[in-house]
Amino acid sequence: MSAPAAVRRPPAPAATAPPRPRRSSRRRKAVLLQLACLAITAFMGVPLYLITLAALSSRAALNRFPLSLLPTDLSTETMSRFLDSTGVVPGFVNSLIVGLSTLVFALLVGVPAGYALSRYAFRGRDPYQLFLLLTRALPIVVLSVPLAKVFLTTNLYDTTYAVTLLHTALALPTTVLITAAVFVSVPRDHEEAAAVLGANAAQAFVRVVLPQALPGIAASAMFTFVMSWNEVLGAAILTLNQRTLPAQVLATLADSPLAYRFAGGLALVLPALVFIAVMRKYLVNMWGTTLR
Amino acid sequence: MPRARRRRARLPTPILLIAPSLVFMTALFAWPLVVGVAQAFTGVDGPTLSHAQRMLDDPYFWPAARNTVLLIVVLIPLQFAFALTMALVLRERPRFSGLYFYIWVVPLAISDLAAGLVWLSIFTDRGYLNSVLDRLGVEPYSWLSYEHPTTVFLAVLIAELWRATSLVFVIIVAGLQGIPQDYDEAAAVFGATYWQRLRHVILPQLRPSLQVAMILRTILAFQTFAVAQALAGRDFPLLVGETYHWYNTLQNANVAAVIALVVLGASMVTSVAYLRLLRDRTTEVAT
Repeated sequence: MSAPAAVRRPPAPAATAPPRPRRSSRRRKAVLLQLACLAITAFMGVPLYLITLAALSSRAALNRFPLSLLPTDLSTETMSRFLDSTGVVPGFVNSLIVGLSTLVFALLVGVPAGYALSRYAFRGRDPYQLFLLLTRALPIVVLSVPLAKVFLTTNLYDTTYAVTLLHTALALPTTVLITAAVFVSVPRDHEEAAAVLGANAAQAFVRVVLPQALPGIAASAMFTFVMSWNEVLGAAILTLNQRTLPAQVLATLADSPLAYRFAGGLALVLPALVFIAVMRKYLVNMWGTTLR
Repeated sequence: MPRARRRRARLPTPILLIAPSLVFMTALFAWPLVVGVAQAFTGVDGPTLSHAQRMLDDPYFWPAARNTVLLIVVLIPLQFAFALTMALVLRERPRFSGLYFYIWVVPLAISDLAAGLVWLSIFTDRGYLNSVLDRLGVEPYSWLSYEHPTTVFLAVLIAELWRATSLVFVIIVAGLQGIPQDYDEAAAVFGATYWQRLRHVILPQLRPSLQVAMILRTILAFQTFAVAQALAGRDFPLLVGETYHWYNTLQNANVAAVIALVVLGASMVTSVAYLRLLRDRTTEVAT
């Protein structure tokens, strides 16, 4: 994989601009690349720094103007007041429960369907794909309003199950389509080779297809969890007391001081930082060919 | 008997595999849809359009519809240009690309509510942007005041660009990795410039990824509301935000259901338009 990449570079400059000295143009390119990367990184990173700074400043520091851009007056006062507010810690727990159950549910139901789409030509395949496209092409989350009514009559209203069911429905079409695409990219020959060597369909799937499909499935799981963790409208409509963290923050947004909102912002952002850090290693390992 | 069993086991495998998802989606999609239509169009004494009328008479409805469309139309092209740039820059394997990748995908896991709160710390009256301006000797400005709708829109736009571009970026990065390098290398050997390779080799092969990302992002953009809620409250109304407002604050599930159906309908029309457009293009390329 690395050999062709190494061969790839030299012919390009030679072919486009033979007289120009190769080394300096390459260096200029590297500098420009770094500048572009730094600019994008600043746009992405500075807001994260600022919300952290705001949430870790004392109330007194937040009342000053202009605000200090450097961490000169750090304090945990703002964060601890936020954590002591009613509903914040239970909201965090609820968010975690809902997110993990959604991930498991969506994979259990979605992966088999994705595999079926990628490997079988069957009657009903096209209508099914159309159905998926349809559900995906619609913001099902706005159906939370009637769903609340349905859950009220079935005694599911205001439970984590209600939110989990909604989130699974939201994640399912994406899971099916992503995993289908992933399975398509796993060569069928490998599966056939396994069959020739005496594996049955299930064995071939678990020992040959699944390992190759794992990075894609992990990516799909990542989207699912993140979607659930971040979803706020459905969670806010389907619950009153069993609120997830975003629903809790949203519900109390209007009546809360700025310090509470900044602390809430950081509390919602922090798990994202950790989560992506963990997933990045995995993704980079698996997708390793270009991002090392 | 064994023959019959074998045939039975062989034929329906794919059906068995897709059945759970089919049942699940129908239960959580068709059922509430029926209930929702009933909610929207029935009153105390039979069918009624009074809920719809009430929605239309509400002074927030049309601004909300306009804001929603405007946000999508401005945001999506910016977002795709940005995400494509990010992916192509990283494809050149700059130094520290691992670190850059991490920082660029962090917003992927950030909710629109959190993004709103993050940018609130910047744009609020006594926030970081005005602090910097003040240091530079520039008069502070109320970016999020209802008197300045343009800057409110820009604030929401920037927050959304910051939050949601990562999703497109990751889809494009994954798409780029799925492209065999041979064509690109061949084009380079034959003297194609970078732009020619981008236009005629890379982008056409990225098309499937771009299509998926495009539909996904547009539908998600229809659902944006917590960003605006956190930044400007009801001063920057969006359709889904109005659903939430009617349901939670005004406790009127019927009008909330009507607005929900409007959002559903608008998204459906948009997706169908996309699919038709994209399909036409693909056949054009094929012929």
